[in-house]
Amino acid sequence: MNKILVSGKVEGIILKSNDPINFLGTVDKKTGIISDKNHNLFEKSIKDSILVFPSGIGSSVGAYTIYSIKSNNTAPLAMICKKADLTVATGCALANIPLITISDKEFESIKTGMKILLDTDSTNPIHYQ
Amino acid sequence: MESTHKYYNCNNDNLPLELTREEESALKGEQGEIMQMAYRILVATGEATDAEKLIPIEWAHLSGVNYNTIGDAGEEFLSSISKNARVKVKTTLNPMGFDIDNVSNYKLDENFISKQLSIRNSYETMGVIPSFSCIPYEIFDIPQNGTQVAFAESNAAIHANSYDNLKTNKESAFSALASAIIGKSPYSSLRKEDTPNVTIQMKVKNPNELTYGMLGFYAGKVGDTSVNISGLGEMDQRQCKAMCGGMGTSGTCAKFNFVEGDPNTEKIDFDEKEMQNVHDELNTSEKGDLITLGSPQLGLDEISDLTAKLKGRSFEKRCMVFLPRTVKEQAQKIGYITELERAGCEILSDCCTCLTPLICKDDVDAVTTNSIKGAFYLKNSNGVGVNLKSLKEIVEDETR
Repeated sequence: MNKILVSGKVEGIILKSNDPINFLGTVDKKTGIISDKNHNLFEKSIKDSILVFPSGIGSSVGAYTIYSIKSNNTAPLAMICKKADLTVATGCALANIPLITISDKEFESIKTGMKILLDTDSTNPIHYQ
Repeated sequence: MESTHKYYNCNNDNLPLELTREEESALKGEQGEIMQMAYRILVATGEATDAEKLIPIEWAHLSGVNYNTIGDAGEEFLSSISKNARVKVKTTLNPMGFDIDNVSNYKLDENFISKQLSIRNSYETMGVIPSFSCIPYEIFDIPQNGTQVAFAESNAAIHANSYDNLKTNKESAFSALASAIIGKSPYSSLRKEDTPNVTIQMKVKNPNELTYGMLGFYAGKVGDTSVNISGLGEMDQRQCKAMCGGMGTSGTCAKFNFVEGDPNTEKIDFDEKEMQNVHDELNTSEKGDLITLGSPQLGLDEISDLTAKLKGRSFEKRCMVFLPRTVKEQAQKIGYITELERAGCEILSDCCTCLTPLICKDDVDAVTTNSIKGAFYLKNSNGVGVNLKSLKEIVEDETR
């Protein structure tokens, strides 16, 4: 079931990770670059992307990291998860970053590089372009 | 805080969270901006966790204290809300970046110190108890069985749910703060009955605290909100804390159930091979330039045990010992601190290994620790090498 956790309307390019993301400690706050060598987005920047990933993991302080990257203009435009964890939900809520969850099936079909319009006021929030 | 943001949308016919009229009014901003912000956070949290209502809590424990982690964004945010926000329930606090008593011995700049003190001041202004500890379960009295609390520190949430008969979600820094301000928290996941669909069978013989830390780290990767663990023998507090710290680092899981699980539960072995995988992921150095003990911070029993294990021996390299201030004061009265300082330990209260600004890769290539949680953050955040050893090995190899 699609859930709207933080609403908004934004257009952008998908950056997808099959690994969960620990925002605290693995995302460089100044650049938005993933610094964990074991992560499949290692050395990629999440800035201005529509970031698709299974869920957040790790320390709850990661919510402030999301708030920080938003303040530093290095945050994603929106986030899409399979499962919304508390760290990502509240971090996005405060940073005003749209956040939705999608079904496993839709998660499988969505790919890096796709251009989408995310509109949480629409019955179907993801419009593929 | 901008308030134009909507947390409900046109799909709100599936809205699982029902608010009372008073809660609705607060969400609309009729009780001021702070309450509105706090309710928005709880509504987002409730949506994420399929809560149907908000329920009262008696104790909140906040993370998001260390300037090293929350940065200027966090400092400014706290400074701004502390003008009006006040906590409604007993609220305790995670460690900060340094111990003010000896901060001059470390290379921290003035900016760090003043920003950290501003954060401390903001929390105190809001009415938070400045405990600066990640082990609230060890230094405060535990309320009666089944009490609803809101603990943000992951190891503390896991400990509260698994060992202390309390009920908490694995809160975020924001949801715990919002819960402290409102005195309520979403009624979701771990506050209700939770039946894990996976049981991890402990197969490693003669485990020490490092083994339990790796078991926790593994369990956090495997489990979802909670996990069954079978095959555990008697565990001491150090081992319990290591397991909670390990699990909190690797996943979203926030409870161990110490049962076999019903026959339909998937069974997974934690054996020597799985343990080696975790070890290989986190152990990146053959030896360390310095030793850290504490992540989670050490309690009085562990300090007593460390003093006894040293038996007059001294560390041959720097050894940083992290503990809560209240434990340091008790340990001072008993004489443990004098003995540990004699052995060359640097005693640090109010802070912890996890995300410490006191260890810098310019000065240190690798750190020896018995903490899986510490290892993860030293490696990924401080960017230093990690050498894993149990406390017994540390005392044997690194003292004389």
